[in-house]
Formats: sequence, structure tokens, C-alpha cells
Amino acid sequence: MRTVNAFVGQPIERLEDFRFVRGRGQYVDDLARNDMLHAAILRSAVAHGRIRTIDVSRAKKVPGVHAVITAADLGDPIPLVPMRLQPMPEFEAFGQPVMARDKVRYVGEALAMVLADSAGVAEDALSAIEVDIEPLPAVANWQSAAKNETLLFENKDSNVTMKFRAVLGDAAAAFKDAPYTRRESFSTQRHTALPMEPRGLLAEWDAASGRLTLSGAAKVLFANRRILAKQLGLAVDAIDMVEYDVGGSFGARGEFYPEDFLIPFAARHVGRPVKWTEDRREHLMTMNHAREAACDVEIACARDGTILGLRGHAFVDMGAYMRTNGAVGARNIAQFMSGAYRVPNIDLDVSLLLTNKTPVGTYRGPGRFETDFFRERLLDMAARDLGIDQIEFRRRNLVREADMPYKVATIAPFEHKDELDSGDYQVTLNRCLGEFGWAEKEKLKGKLIDGRYHGLAVCCFIEGGAAGPKESARLVLETNGTLTVYMGSSGVGQGLETAFAQIAADAMDMPMDRINQVFHGSTTYVSDGYGSYHSRSIVMGGSAVLDAATKLRAAMSAEAARRLNCGAAEVVLADGRATAPDGKSVSWAELAPEPLSVEGAFSNHKHTWAYGAHAAHVAVDPKTGAVALIDYVAVENCGRMINPLTLKGQLVGAVVQGLGGAFMEHLAYDENGQLLTGSLADYLIPTASDFPKIRGFVMESHPSPINPLGAKGAGEGGIISVGGVIANAVADALRSLGVEPRDLPLSPSRVWQLVQDAK
Amino acid sequence: MPVKFEVNGKPVEVEVEPRLTLADCLRHHLRLTGTHVGCEHGVCGSCTVLVDGAAVRSCLLLAVQAEGAKVVTVEGLSLEEGLTLLQASFRKHHALQCGFCTPGMITTAHALLSEEPDCDADRVREVLSGNLCRCTGYISIVEAVLDARSAYKRDGKGA
Repeated sequence: MRTVNAFVGQPIERLEDFRFVRGRGQYVDDLARNDMLHAAILRSAVAHGRIRTIDVSRAKKVPGVHAVITAADLGDPIPLVPMRLQPMPEFEAFGQPVMARDKVRYVGEALAMVLADSAGVAEDALSAIEVDIEPLPAVANWQSAAKNETLLFENKDSNVTMKFRAVLGDAAAAFKDAPYTRRESFSTQRHTALPMEPRGLLAEWDAASGRLTLSGAAKVLFANRRILAKQLGLAVDAIDMVEYDVGGSFGARGEFYPEDFLIPFAARHVGRPVKWTEDRREHLMTMNHAREAACDVEIACARDGTILGLRGHAFVDMGAYMRTNGAVGARNIAQFMSGAYRVPNIDLDVSLLLTNKTPVGTYRGPGRFETDFFRERLLDMAARDLGIDQIEFRRRNLVREADMPYKVATIAPFEHKDELDSGDYQVTLNRCLGEFGWAEKEKLKGKLIDGRYHGLAVCCFIEGGAAGPKESARLVLETNGTLTVYMGSSGVGQGLETAFAQIAADAMDMPMDRINQVFHGSTTYVSDGYGSYHSRSIVMGGSAVLDAATKLRAAMSAEAARRLNCGAAEVVLADGRATAPDGKSVSWAELAPEPLSVEGAFSNHKHTWAYGAHAAHVAVDPKTGAVALIDYVAVENCGRMINPLTLKGQLVGAVVQGLGGAFMEHLAYDENGQLLTGSLADYLIPTASDFPKIRGFVMESHPSPINPLGAKGAGEGGIISVGGVIANAVADALRSLGVEPRDLPLSPSRVWQLVQDAK
Repeated sequence: MPVKFEVNGKPVEVEVEPRLTLADCLRHHLRLTGTHVGCEHGVCGSCTVLVDGAAVRSCLLLAVQAEGAKVVTVEGLSLEEGLTLLQASFRKHHALQCGFCTPGMITTAHALLSEEPDCDADRVREVLSGNLCRCTGYISIVEAVLDARSAYKRDGKGA
């Protein structure tokens, strides 16, 4: 690791902001081509049914319409959206056709696509398509799915696509002799990432060269290119995926969706560029949903509060199909229910059930938000039962520095093992309590002041990051001695250009303003890239930059040695010059009569574990159920900070997203599988006036031992604890009434009902 | 049908369908793509522009309704080189991440500060509550707007 640096660790203002604040960002819907057509997609209004006919003859005659595509035009078999992560053979039977042909399984599923001169004409023509669907009973929740009375896939005998099991130690033995146990049921509601920029794509097919260019790709471009090439019967290198500015992902945007096949297919079909931009209603019914889970879980403790075991069963509502990364949340619920705590004996099953709702995928802190809510609620209940202070209870059970690396439960059937890498979890808990002012606020716990009950809570979390297997970076020394950086990582708004420029400048020992630009995402930049998810870009991409810089400096030293007649190891590269021991030197520009390009990579199969704590102070009005958030503190330690300004931005932004999930956001369905929250007037997310006091604190110590930067991925820690800490604070406020929240969201009506039920 | 109005100080004449929104007219006919469309039903505020000095949602206004109006977009609130004090304040406070809501935030904040350069944090939050941001959690946006008040007290131009 380099010990001298100028930029890494500094709160550098972002380079990308210059274009964003002036309206000069370029998002996919900003693109236009002279001869492009616009696509609009007809979506099923029926949650579950058999397609009898789709008649597009009238739509084809609408002036300005060039083509109408249905499943019949896509060949046989219809391509399926594959599983990108955990691609187990058991899931293949539950894959989503890119367009429905025989059955529809959720409201919003694609039935037909119109290509027209304008988006308006294309949408007009959708209403001229006649659809006849024989309705089938809708499976509207996981409980009815579990009965298997109505099957989403008749050729399978169950709506359960998979059961994962997380095991550590011997839970049966631990519970048999345990002096204290408590069993509870909890649930979290369906909600979604909701990036502000709707999805969009622009596909261009060049028939002469047989090449496809797809603009608007995001997150995992190289993986999606492999999927698309297979589906279209093209060589992988016949496709360029191009990333423009991306208005947020949070895990959801950039996964492979049906439209990622349909729009390129359409462009090749008509031989003209095709652009598609979803509207917000489409977004809410088609982009990955997340978080809908329930569990029946039991904890065993010794009398002193030492946790002996966790066991139980969780149920995850997967929606209508298994697609892309849909199983990740379910896995995490089971594997990481122990969180930051030493739980020696674990036996947790999780069932993945299909319902007639939009398929699920990852949303920031997938499974972790849910499982931390379940566990932290249970910990506070156990602490109270045992008469132990809620902080002391956590202190006794946190994984200790001496336990590192600490093995967590192994998940079956794919035998995934994991271990926590480094850290002192007591330090972040103490920092959180200190910043929060717990000692001064403690007297407020449970107090009724001016008609509102006050409550406090604190929770600890871990955040997994740095998913492997690899990331690539390419550095180019330009002929004028400046540097250009090309990355396999993807930008989704998190500020990669600034962070990678900091890392590259330090690694090359050069000023940041000699870096021309950091290019990222597109498949044209590096030979292979892996993208941005699982808080991986800083660790994986940043370490790849270090590798590329080492190689570039070696190449520069070798060239300088040749020109200066000295040994390569004797060359000093600094201040834009390469200097020999005798004092003779050449400029970096002279070392690159042609641009000097080197590619570096970093491979890794272990995970980093950032960690920290959240504390909340709420005031609950028992007459209305309204919960006011008085104060909120989140602390995260990421091993080594690259940019504290953007790191804190990630932390605070994620907290507020989490508060949406804790209090407001709910993708509600009726018993017929109709989505009831199809606009931003119905699906509520936090606004500027909802949560005015959120304080984030970022720390570094205990650098990760598994990468040369020592960094740990840290984009999700801000959201993981929120459901748990808010529900525990509400429980603390209303403890005199005996209220125990077991379900999210804590909307005013739910809290009011809990108060009524307690009376 | 033809519509004439002024955009960022320049007169424009556009042939539009009566149903075309001002947002789509600005973005796709006039190629001023700094104004973003996030929901098309007047909730998210990403498409906010100034019409005769007032912050309005350009997705809820038809282009033909802008006849004779003075329209200012985020491009019109920007300098050729460098940043205005309001924009620099957004950057300094890390009041943006993905940048998609930012033009709407900038135009809304500009309209507020032009009218009320002495507004307090509660007032900023109240006015910005019509603009959704999914990245920042708003804390830094409120700080950025409060920090930019001084520019409007001096000359009212945000520069």
C-alpha cells in the first residue's frame, strides 16, 4: 500500500458536478437520431390469465406506425430473462419470457410493442390493440402461494421455487438446553428502489457490419452483453453497450429486463434506431420490486444475555418469475440474520414463493434491511425480557476484534461460505452513542411530553461489499503527458469519476488536474468489466487502478531507462518528469510519442465488511399514530476512506431511503393482483420536509486485509439498520402501552392501530 | 400549431401538436435537455422551469400555453464558463449525486431565493418538498440553498 498520498482520503468536490448542475449531463432520453422510431409497450392489465388472442391489425394501420411486434414475431422458444446471480438449474423453469405468449403472470407484463414515428403515436396505437385474456385466480400473496391451490407454472407442482438453508453449529442442541427462548413473527412490505431517472434505451443496428449499439445500458454492461448476444444470436463483440449518465440504480436499474431484449430486437427488425423511455407508471409495475418478506424466528439466550442460537423460517414473495438477481435478498435474509453479532448456532430456512406480482430483484441492502429489522426487533424484546439494557445486550454479543476473520452461517444448497474480515464493532457503537448524545437523551425514554411519547433505539450493522470475481482498469498516458482512465465499473450517480481520479492521481504520483477524464461502464473501454453492485466499485475498480498504475509506471520507467541510459529501477517518476540518477530527465509527454496504454485488473473472491451503528429518537402521537423523527445518527467505518464527502453522501442518502421503507413506501396490491400504487402520488417517498435531522459520520480504521487499498464497500450501510432502529424506537416510546411493532411500514394508521390494540 | 415564446432570453417559434407538453417541447424540439422528466404527472419536480419568473412543472403545462411567456431553464441559469454561486454551493455541499433531479432543484431554489433571499431552513424545506431526490436525503440540498442566499441578497441574479 502506498503511504504517501495527496488525494485519497480528502473531501474532494466532485468532477462530474460541473455538468450536472448546469443541465449538461447526458441521460439516455436526451439522445436523438434523425431516423429513429419510438417504442411503446402494451402491458397486461390482468395479473394472471391465459392469452386467447392479441389482435394488432388495427394498430398496424394507425398513421405513423411502422411495426407492431408480439411474441409470435420473436421465434420459438421465446428468450427467457436469465438468472445472473445464483443461476441454479432449479430456477430455469420459472424464467420470464421477454414477451408473454401463452400466459400472463403479473400486471405490467409485456404483451406487444408498437414502433412509430413519435412516442405519442406509439402510445395511441397501443389502445388499438385488442387483447383477449381468460382470467385465472390471482395468487396475491405468499400465504396463498404456499397453498399451491393455484399454480403460476402448471408444469411444476409448487409455487415454491427454492428453499435455502443457513446453518452454523448445532441449533437443535443449543435450543434444547437454552434457559431463555422467544419466538416471534415479523414482516416487511414490498417496496422498490425508485431511481429518479426512468429506464430508457436507444438501440442502433448496422446491417452492413452486423453490429448493434445499445445506449442507456447500466450497472452490469458486460454481463448483459453476454445475455443479449446469446438471445440475438450475435457474437459478443458485435455488440457495444454504451453507458451515459445514469440517474440512480440502487440495485434495480441496469439489471437485464425484458425491454433489454425487445428494444434491440426491434431495431434489427425494422433496420432503424429505436428509442424507448418508460413512464413512471410503467416503472412502478415493471422495474424490480423488493423487500416483501416474513419470518417466524426464535432466539435462544443464556441468562446473562449471551446469544446461543437463532432458528426459524423466512418466506420471500418473489413475484411472478425468477429473474436476474432475484434470489440475493432471500439468501441474505438467511445468511446474514446474525449480522454483527456472535451467534454460534444457526438454522434458518428461507422459502422463495411465486405470486402474481412484479418480479423482485435487489434493492440497496437486499435482504439485509429485512433481516436486520427482524433481528434487531427480536434483540430488543429479548433484552427487555432478560432485564438487560439494550446497549449492554448488544455489547456482549457483538463480534469481537479478536474473532476476526469471523465465519458466518453457510448457505445451502450452493454451499456459500463467508467470513467477516476486520474491525472493532464496539468503536462504531460508542461513536454513534456519543454523537447521538445517548446519555443526555436517555431520560426521555418512554416519557409522555406534550402529548407525544419519546423513544430511543440503537442498532449495529455490517455491510457486505466487493463482490468478485474481478474488475478491470485501463490507464493511458497521452502524448501530452496527461492521463486518461478507463474503467469496467459503472457509474450510477455515486461519483466514481472523482473517486477513481483520486486513486489514479495518487497511484501515479501526479496532480488530479492532469487526469483528462475517467471513462466508465461502456463495453468499449476495457476488455472485460464487471460493473457496480454489492458496494464493489471502490474496492474492485480502485484496486484495478492500482494494478494498472503499477504496470504503467513500470512501462514508463523502462522507456525512460532506455532514453536516459540507466536502469529502470533507478528512474524516478515525479512532477511530470522521469529522472535518472545523474540528473538527466525526460518529460512524461516524451515517454509517449504514441499514447501508452496498459490494462490492470484485480481479482478477489472474498468480501469486505464495513460496519457501524444507527441511533434514532422518535416522538409518537398516540392519538394520530404519527411518528416524528427528532434525531437520527448513523456511523459507518469503511476501513479506508477515499472521499469522505461522497462517502457521507452515500450514508445520509441511504438513511433517508430507508426511512421511506420504514414509514411510507408500499407497493400495495389488491386481492386480484392489481397494483394500487401506480404513481408517485400513491407511492410515497421521502420529501425535503419529512426528515430534517439526519446526521452521518464516517470513519476509517482496521483496513480490509483483502485488497491493496484497505477499503471496504460502503454504499448500503446507511439503509440496513433503518427499519430495525425505527421500529425499536417506536416500541421504546410506547412501552408503557405494551406496543410491539412487528410489521413495516410504520404508517400513522398502523401505529394508531397498534395503540388501539394495546388498550 | 405554431407557438411563439422566449427561452433563456431568445425568441423561439415552434410548430407543435396541441397536446405536446412544454417539457417535451423544450427537450425534444428545442433540444434543451437539461430539463428532465421524471414522472409526467407533476409530482417529482425534475421538469421545473421558470415561466415569467415563477417555478412551474413543465410536464403539466402544454407548449401552446407558453405563448408569449418568458421561459428560463437550467441552461439559462448557467454561465458559459464556471458555476454560479448557487451551483457552486450545490457542489460544495455535495447536494447532488446522480444529477437527475438537480436542474429542477436549481430552478426551484433560484425562484425561491430571488423572491425570498432571507428565507430560513424550514421555508427552504417547505418549498423544496415539491422536488423529489432519491440520492441525497435532502440534508445537503437544504444546506446548499441556505449557503447560497448571500448571492441573492446582493444582486438578485445568483451569479
